[in-house]
Amino acid sequence: MNAYDDLQSLAERMDALPIDIAPRKLSRRRFMQLTGVVGGGLMLGFTLKGREAEAASSFEPNAFIRIDADGILIHAKNPEVGQGVKTSLPMIVAEELDAAWDDVTVAQSPVDEEAFGFQMAGGSMSVPMNWDVLRQSGAAARAMLVGAAAGELGVAASELSTRDSKVIHEASGRSLHYTELADAAAALPVPEADSLRLKGTDEYRLLGRRITGVDNEALVRGEALFGIDQTLPGMKFATYSKCPAVGGTVVSANIDAVKALPGVVDAFAIDGNEAVGLLPGVAIVADSTWAAIRARRELKVEWDESGAASDSWSAVSAKAEELRSKPGATRPVDDGDADAALEAADKRLSAYYTYHFASHAQLEPQNCTAWRHDGIMELWAPTQLPGRGRQAVADLLGLERAQVTVNQLRGGGGFGRRLHNDFMVEVAAIANRLDVPVKLQWTREDDMSHDTFRAGGFHQVDAGLDAEGRITAWRDRFITFSRDGQRPVSGGSLRPGVFPAGVLENCRYEQTALEWKTPCGPWRAPGSNVFGFVEQSFIHELAVAADRDHLEVLLEMFGEPRWLAEGNPRALHTGRAAGVVKLAAEKAGWGREMPQGRALGLAFYFSHAGHIAEVADVSVNANRQITVHRVTAAADVGPIINLSGAENQVQGSIVDGLSTMLGQSVTFEKGRVEQSNFDAYPMLRMANSPAVDVHFIESDYPPTGLGEPALPPLAPAVCNAIFTATGHRIRTMPIAKEGYSIA
Amino acid sequence: MLSLKINGEERKVDDTDPSTPLLWVLRDELGLVGAKFGCGIARCGACTVLLDGAPVRSCSVPVAAAAEGEVTTIEGLADESDELTPVQQAWVDLDVAQCGYCQAGQIMAATALLARDPDPDDAAIDQAMAGNLCRCGTYTRIREAVKVAAGRAWEARKASPARDGGDPA
Ligand code: FES
Ligand code: FES
Repeated sequence: MNAYDDLQSLAERMDALPIDIAPRKLSRRRFMQLTGVVGGGLMLGFTLKGREAEAASSFEPNAFIRIDADGILIHAKNPEVGQGVKTSLPMIVAEELDAAWDDVTVAQSPVDEEAFGFQMAGGSMSVPMNWDVLRQSGAAARAMLVGAAAGELGVAASELSTRDSKVIHEASGRSLHYTELADAAAALPVPEADSLRLKGTDEYRLLGRRITGVDNEALVRGEALFGIDQTLPGMKFATYSKCPAVGGTVVSANIDAVKALPGVVDAFAIDGNEAVGLLPGVAIVADSTWAAIRARRELKVEWDESGAASDSWSAVSAKAEELRSKPGATRPVDDGDADAALEAADKRLSAYYTYHFASHAQLEPQNCTAWRHDGIMELWAPTQLPGRGRQAVADLLGLERAQVTVNQLRGGGGFGRRLHNDFMVEVAAIANRLDVPVKLQWTREDDMSHDTFRAGGFHQVDAGLDAEGRITAWRDRFITFSRDGQRPVSGGSLRPGVFPAGVLENCRYEQTALEWKTPCGPWRAPGSNVFGFVEQSFIHELAVAADRDHLEVLLEMFGEPRWLAEGNPRALHTGRAAGVVKLAAEKAGWGREMPQGRALGLAFYFSHAGHIAEVADVSVNANRQITVHRVTAAADVGPIINLSGAENQVQGSIVDGLSTMLGQSVTFEKGRVEQSNFDAYPMLRMANSPAVDVHFIESDYPPTGLGEPALPPLAPAVCNAIFTATGHRIRTMPIAKEGYSIA
Repeated sequence: MLSLKINGEERKVDDTDPSTPLLWVLRDELGLVGAKFGCGIARCGACTVLLDGAPVRSCSVPVAAAAEGEVTTIEGLADESDELTPVQQAWVDLDVAQCGYCQAGQIMAATALLARDPDPDDAAIDQAMAGNLCRCGTYTRIREAVKVAAGRAWEARKASPARDGGDPA
């Protein structure tokens, strides 16, 4: 198993959650088994046990909370890459603790999975995985503070209430601030988790409000927060050059000439180590980032590409074209008899959808700082998966895990890219040869040529309608990619639970994987971000063919309100799905008259346990230039933690979805990426970004994550609007490939 | 040795290569890390600082050229009393940032705009901010924050139809 496969396994377990969980009850144990957070080296060691207090007279009932005379500190356990968890996770603790938010200081926690449990920014899992633990942490501390106050005031605990960081004795009008109770609370036993009473949603004072991000003030002052901002005394700066075709090895390089260049401290070749995701290359260490980048221009490396990727987009496109008329190699879903139902259909539709590879293009290029000192390797890493990075560095250097310290720093965007810790092993390999700290800096060109790409794909879809215009058959013949000839790449698998499987009697997904060597990885809403485009566009094609209203067809597909996996709160619930579709349609004014060349388009998608519908209001001119005026989104992700952050995620997902579907494409020839920077990989600008209306249905189910699920419905909603406005059906992403651009 | 005027202070620079981009001198040598590296080719705006009040992409301005003018970075916005400027405050109040990586550049571009045009309309804002990408897609909030900073009432804005989209009701 190498680093890519390892990451893929994790991604698959995340992907599979909605359908794999045992019926009836999502027990915590089962949840952990499925996500791999117990066993296999990923421990969730959280217990409601006290920690050894760091300082005298401080109250630390668990890893998340520290209260002392100076105030209330709450640890944010997971990496922050823009999804807002450094604010939202501590809010959950503060709610049950009944701390006044203004009294709370939030600190990024150490990377310590024994104390904090699994630490990851990914899969929209931060909130659902930590919801119970964080509430219990807050409630346990609160109970102990109440107990301490009862002793101090000489009254029964039942006579006390809490609010705004105080324990209050209503009857006597006396109150004590938590900071005054820290000492006494620290002496009390930590209560059992099941003895704690957690609040009902109607008791929330903090959750559901708009809270500005805890780092915002530091951000607007330009203070050091991000990985790239890390500075240490005596620090040197490095670049690392790898073969443009992944897997190429170093034959020779003009190392001596490079070493003689101004500002260069050292230069050396590094062997690859596939197990930990380290590619071979040449490091240049210099006195400044610029000196390293400048010297690199003179670097000449001869690569051995005999084992390197030779991937070609044009070749795989041609191959897919051949394969689409043949049955797929596997059938991940085979409900009913799709072939027979297609034969028996009153009307039959057939379409071929394609989408290109895409880059994560997070705005902060990969970087990492490392320092070998005192027998340990210490890293400062903007990573989404710090525990795995720590293990990879330990494995690379032959160290114990305890000999690797990871400080998790804010990441300038993640989108799944920072789940793969190649930058951590690279800098560790470099720092291991130095006696000083070193910061590795990738250029944008490095970042775009060595991404873990969102894979492209090809879908031959066929469906049948009966005489009443109901969908009676569905067959999706998916041509995807695999690095080992067996397992499809991350996000490249159809599976049960991918809509419309589960709501149609006759539904078959077929799958064939083409060989592909360049690494692919999770990209915001893996799989969903492309499957949504195919399936929700094709459903609209069917509605048009049946001469029926798209909204009506969607609602008919959902049918009676029910869980598609009985009793599983992370499965699709057709009632929740219908709820968001109806709400988005109503808020957008579905069915109203639109001017010539302008139309509304609708799409629904379910991913990461979130039910989301979007309606796009789009106009198109004669030159295929589009304007997206407004997108109306309706989301059901259960109770909202931070309204401001939640809205921001939906707005951002919509802009991201639009940006990606318009013109973003990564192509390959001879294993090389043909785009190198933002001049060839366009990103949406402010003038073209639509107004976005966000509506939440705050249902009473446990909250689910919002970093990803609002992205998948955007592309089909826009394409469906374009069809209604013009009669032209788009079947390729990015739509620039069909001649479209933004007005 | 070069001498730069940054945030009202005279700063000496050891880097002897006059073609070194201002961005790396700010970040690596002077410890001013607010301006960010995104593309290095003047395509993203993450590195935006002000040179004599005008927004420039510091990744593409040689330090020698910057030495001829006055440089303002995000660290130089809040005044000595440490109070945030209206632009910075609007960014906090509206919780604009997601990852926040582009926001220093956005704030510098907005600051330059409002210094030039205290009451910009949508087209002026779009134009002034066109060189600043936000990968996280915070454009709606950036636009509103510029307006809030310009002293327009946030509530009044919300009541009127956004952009040219018309009222959806
Ligand atoms: S880093 Fe200067 S514009 Fe992108
Ligand atoms: S907030 Fe992340 S790039 Fe703008």
